[in-house]
Amino acid sequence: MNAYTGKILYVDLTSGRSKTGIFNEDFARAYIGGTGFGIKTLIDNQEPGIDPFDPQNPLIYAVGAASGTMVPCASSKFGVFAKSPASNLLGEAYSTGQWGAELRQAGYDIVVIKGKSPKPAYLWIDDESVQRMDASHLWGKTTWDTEETIRNDLGDQLIRVSAIGPAGEKLVRTACLLNDHFRAAGRTGLGAVAGSKNLKAVAVRGTHDVKVAQPEELRELCKDLYERCKGPATSKYRGLGTPANVLTLNAQGALPTRNYQSATFEGAETVSGEYLNEHFVTKIEGCTACPCRCEHIAEVREGPFKGAIARVEYEPTMAFGPYCGVDRLDAVIKAIEYCNLYGVDAISTGIVVGFGMECYERELITKEDTGGLELEFGNGEAMVEMVKKIALRKDVGDVLAEGVKRASEKIGRGSEHFAMHIKGVEVTGYELRGLKTCALGYAVSRRGADHQRHGSYGWDLGGKVDRFKADKGRGKLVMGDEDVYCIFDSMILCKFTRGIWDFDLIAKVYSLVTGIPMTGAELLKAGERMSNLARLYNVREGLTRKGDTLPPRIMKDPIPSGVAKGSYVNQEDLDILLDGYYEARGWTKEGVPKKEKLKELGLEAYANIAGKEES
Amino acid sequence: MVRHKFVTVDPDKCVGCRICEYVCSLEKDKVFNPTRSRIRVIRIYPTTNASLTCRLCEDAPCVIACPRKALTQSEETGVIMVDDDLCNGCGWCIEACDFGAICLDPDKKVVRICDLCSNREGGPACVEWCPEEALEQTTKDILSQKARIGAVQRLVKAAETSKAA
Repeated sequence: MNAYTGKILYVDLTSGRSKTGIFNEDFARAYIGGTGFGIKTLIDNQEPGIDPFDPQNPLIYAVGAASGTMVPCASSKFGVFAKSPASNLLGEAYSTGQWGAELRQAGYDIVVIKGKSPKPAYLWIDDESVQRMDASHLWGKTTWDTEETIRNDLGDQLIRVSAIGPAGEKLVRTACLLNDHFRAAGRTGLGAVAGSKNLKAVAVRGTHDVKVAQPEELRELCKDLYERCKGPATSKYRGLGTPANVLTLNAQGALPTRNYQSATFEGAETVSGEYLNEHFVTKIEGCTACPCRCEHIAEVREGPFKGAIARVEYEPTMAFGPYCGVDRLDAVIKAIEYCNLYGVDAISTGIVVGFGMECYERELITKEDTGGLELEFGNGEAMVEMVKKIALRKDVGDVLAEGVKRASEKIGRGSEHFAMHIKGVEVTGYELRGLKTCALGYAVSRRGADHQRHGSYGWDLGGKVDRFKADKGRGKLVMGDEDVYCIFDSMILCKFTRGIWDFDLIAKVYSLVTGIPMTGAELLKAGERMSNLARLYNVREGLTRKGDTLPPRIMKDPIPSGVAKGSYVNQEDLDILLDGYYEARGWTKEGVPKKEKLKELGLEAYANIAGKEES
Repeated sequence: MVRHKFVTVDPDKCVGCRICEYVCSLEKDKVFNPTRSRIRVIRIYPTTNASLTCRLCEDAPCVIACPRKALTQSEETGVIMVDDDLCNGCGWCIEACDFGAICLDPDKKVVRICDLCSNREGGPACVEWCPEEALEQTTKDILSQKARIGAVQRLVKAAETSKAA
């Protein structure tokens, strides 16, 4: 095997000891890397039914097959996995920047962290040397402070740090892990899993070579790939960036607004990608080995939020803009900055604030609960302060820190109707009521509400299907999307480059890098294997068909205005969509993989999980 | 020495992608490893990025610092050449270099310095691969010429702005 290190680092935080395990070519070939490695390692290393905050819940880092190489936009990516404290199901989040490449250069493809340190600690991986370091002086610090302090303490500015902020320490269920200042493994609350282990950060420095099987051929191929990366397939990300979506989705009536009360936002213009780039973006940066560069760094130069700085993407802009009814980018940038510093997922946290705003306007929470904030839609100052209160669990922030599912259960009085989550994970920026293929993708997504496991909005928004209609055929589309995204998340290729690739090309790159023969068809099979293994994991942890659902507002309240007016996804729609999807997958009506499917994918070892439901 | 061309960076264009480091280690050692790269990217958060490599100094301090005469500077190209048999990796040249442009080969324990890819057709690989065209091989004379043009452009712009106001 080339490129792969073949090594797994097992760390026991309770004792501070670590050991190295190995994986072979069969494992690499079957699970590729990233998401495949993560799901496989999680299902095999976690006791079924464990509480996410149990010390034995493994926190897993995994890099992609092409990590540490010049393959465009694949070098530095990594995934983090654990049982999620938001969903009690598969927790999975990806980040990029520089950290991932460093882990492979240090000599590991997978890190499995179990146990709980008796006092605050951080893990220091310095090539072969692995140490549990005291983090008492870092506890309570922001992610940026933590990153800088560790570098200064250890005296090496090239150390990469994946850290939690105060929110992770306080077990906020939207807590994330932040690295390289602006990049987060954001979703599914994995920062809280680190916090539950008294683990402040994982610091890595690697100096080893990454050898690929055919360097000359890879270089030649990369010449072409780099040119494609600078071409039309990625121009959106290099130009306005993902915030270009604000106006596009607003025009299509697909922009979640005011906690999903509307699908269009009258203030979209001033939170658009166009406005952002003209008034706030000061620099565009790139991740390691990225010829596209997409990180739009925005700075606020005047007003109450002067000095705020953040990398701005569409999703957080949606969450802190339209979703909270806020039409000011300075407040949006400040809110994202707080999310980064205190270590919470900017998507989920924005959705939580929007939920809080609706509760406030409906008088389900009061000014006393908010500690004096007038938490109305459109109040940018209150929104920014609320982010901090959630991250620090102050006032009603303590309730909201549990995420909208648990917060609505506590607040009650009908708030469950507008608690916008799926499987306990907050919704993201596509208005599902008028995007029915996408709605299916969200309903069955293995990590809860999510556009990144399938990207199925493409069918609806691209006009390739009737977006307002549900039919069984959508199942096959979503399945295909999921398996393709598994390939991306296992290589791990940046999805912003998806327009330059086809399966055979990815397979070719895989072979040139690893020396392991691979075809496009085999890769797709591996993607299907990952999707099924993830489902088995979720079934094992208690997921049934009932869990593949949508928030009540999406299923009962029609979109009030705009081009998608009147649309929603009722139970009948959802059943048609789910039936079609399960059939396409070869699963039972309950959504459990059938034994013949497991055999086809080489997953017979997990037949006991499927067996329970099927008999 | 005004004619000697070296690799320089425009920090306004550099995005910190480190592709130069990857192609340098591939070109020189057939592996990917920024630790082996003769050009290194510095990112100072939040938004400063720049690549640095050998600037072909006059009376190069690294050459002067070497206690074993392992380093010599080419009259013809200005490149600092390392005699692997003489170098013992003591690191005095590394300390002497103001730009951090010298690195230690992790296996051979001898120093490595940018040689402008002297055996490569088409010149330095990093310049060719930089996706932002932030790297360029140029002479100090051309650099100062560019600085002069920039200064005059700023002056003209300032004059126009004050006229308009």
